[in-house]
Amino acid sequence: MIEIDGVHKSFGALRVLRGVSLKVAPGEVAVVLGPSGSGKSTLLRTINHLEKVDAGTVAVDGELVGYRRSGDVLHELPEREILRQRTKIGFVFQNFNLFPHLTVRENVAEAPLSAQRRPKAEVAETVNRLLLRVGLSDKADAYPGTLSGGQRQRVAIARALALDPKVVLFDEPTSALDPELVGEVLDVMRDLAKSGTTMVVVTHEIGFAREAADTVVFLDEGLVVEQGPPDQVIDHPQHERTRAFISRVL
Amino acid sequence: MTTTAPAVRQATGSKVAPTRHPFRWLAAAGVVMLLAMAANSLVTNPAWEWEVVGQYLFAPSVLRAVLLTLELTALGTVFGFALGGVLAVMRLSPNPLLSSVAWGYVWVFRAVPLILQLLFWYNLALLYPRLSFGIPFGPSFFSVGTMDLIGPVTAAALGLALHQAAYAAEIVRGGLLAVDPGQREAAAALGIRRVRRFFRIILPQAMRSIVPNAGNEIIGLVKGTSVVYIMALPELFYQVQVIYMRNGRVVALLLVAAIWYLALTTVMSVVQHYIERHYGRGRS
Repeated sequence: MIEIDGVHKSFGALRVLRGVSLKVAPGEVAVVLGPSGSGKSTLLRTINHLEKVDAGTVAVDGELVGYRRSGDVLHELPEREILRQRTKIGFVFQNFNLFPHLTVRENVAEAPLSAQRRPKAEVAETVNRLLLRVGLSDKADAYPGTLSGGQRQRVAIARALALDPKVVLFDEPTSALDPELVGEVLDVMRDLAKSGTTMVVVTHEIGFAREAADTVVFLDEGLVVEQGPPDQVIDHPQHERTRAFISRVL
Repeated sequence: MTTTAPAVRQATGSKVAPTRHPFRWLAAAGVVMLLAMAANSLVTNPAWEWEVVGQYLFAPSVLRAVLLTLELTALGTVFGFALGGVLAVMRLSPNPLLSSVAWGYVWVFRAVPLILQLLFWYNLALLYPRLSFGIPFGPSFFSVGTMDLIGPVTAAALGLALHQAAYAAEIVRGGLLAVDPGQREAAAALGIRRVRRFFRIILPQAMRSIVPNAGNEIIGLVKGTSVVYIMALPELFYQVQVIYMRNGRVVALLLVAAIWYLALTTVMSVVQHYIERHYGRGRS
């Protein structure tokens, strides 16, 4: 479903990604672990072209993201095409980034209505179904400002799902939450994982990784150090750097 | 909050005596005295000529002048903020040419006094006696005399709008910059198109910081229209001058103008309050 091949990305002199390759199969849940500054978030942001890659390719659902190949040349796609591709890739931000001037219902309905041009009645139904799923049906007409952090992140997840994406990317979805609110968000994500949604999750929640991940990827200094099932990477890491990291966060 | 609770019994049973503020009382008494003196003089000093004020406040010539003042304000606001909005977006554009042109516009139009700009537009015919329309550097389709196209009202509206646009551009730019960049990113990640992103997501949030400053500017513009008296346009300030030159009732007629300016800005402040409430929704 996702094929990342030899991706490089630098910010000025800082080389954040140094040739990352990764495959995520349909229905698979991949959890990306790594120390801060290891390039986890940047990697995630290249998948929906919020960051342009310097070299390498990213493909989602068999389609190159952001580029069109003709012979040996990659032509950058016009913005309209990139926006269309993004509707297939849900993104959940660390800081939620809900639209504060729109109600919960309007937040979730915005993209299906304007980016996918789906009929109003159908979208209304989708919104109700998704809010039920994240347990916030009673908050449909509330503004984000009146919700707790955990509730906001659940709305943000519903908003990402409203596009009916092929994959959903989570960028440290619980890092901005008070500790007692982390659980409700992880519950929703676990439920998603079980239902066969293809997910890439950048997180520090080792418990979630062990329980919900099919694959754990350990990233350090812009490279994939190790990847495999959770009981291998978390419980029996092969590399010294992975071992050191796991022992620090457990 | 504490003023109505003279002595609250705490759980321990001790009485709580609020702090006394004798100097506040003293200051308040002083202010009341000054207000009373001012009111007294307004009523008793015959030089205010309240009956003349009453006679001219709703005189047809004054009402027509108020209307022209409103018209100039409206034109200056609408075209000023429309152009200002475009300039703000240009200024924030990654294209260096667009960005520097917008910067240059603000630089020039903020630097030159309004009164000078107005006289300049009024005298545009000296610079370009005829204006022609056609293909740039190519043939002209038709041309008109500058004087016919740009009369005094047009010149005044043009001057006010172009001047206002420079300030509006900075206000709009400030508002747009105040919106969390995460909002733009979230909208882009959802595949929302650029134009929709701007009008549906960014601008409504920018309005929260644009409206108070814009209100200030528009209220300034109501009074700024009084500058066009130098073009002999019969707006409020010019009109009362015409009347008092004729009848010598200077103070009374200045008072008429002051009352109208006060009334206009009051209405605008009320409107502004409701607009602010609209854009403040969803925020505590």
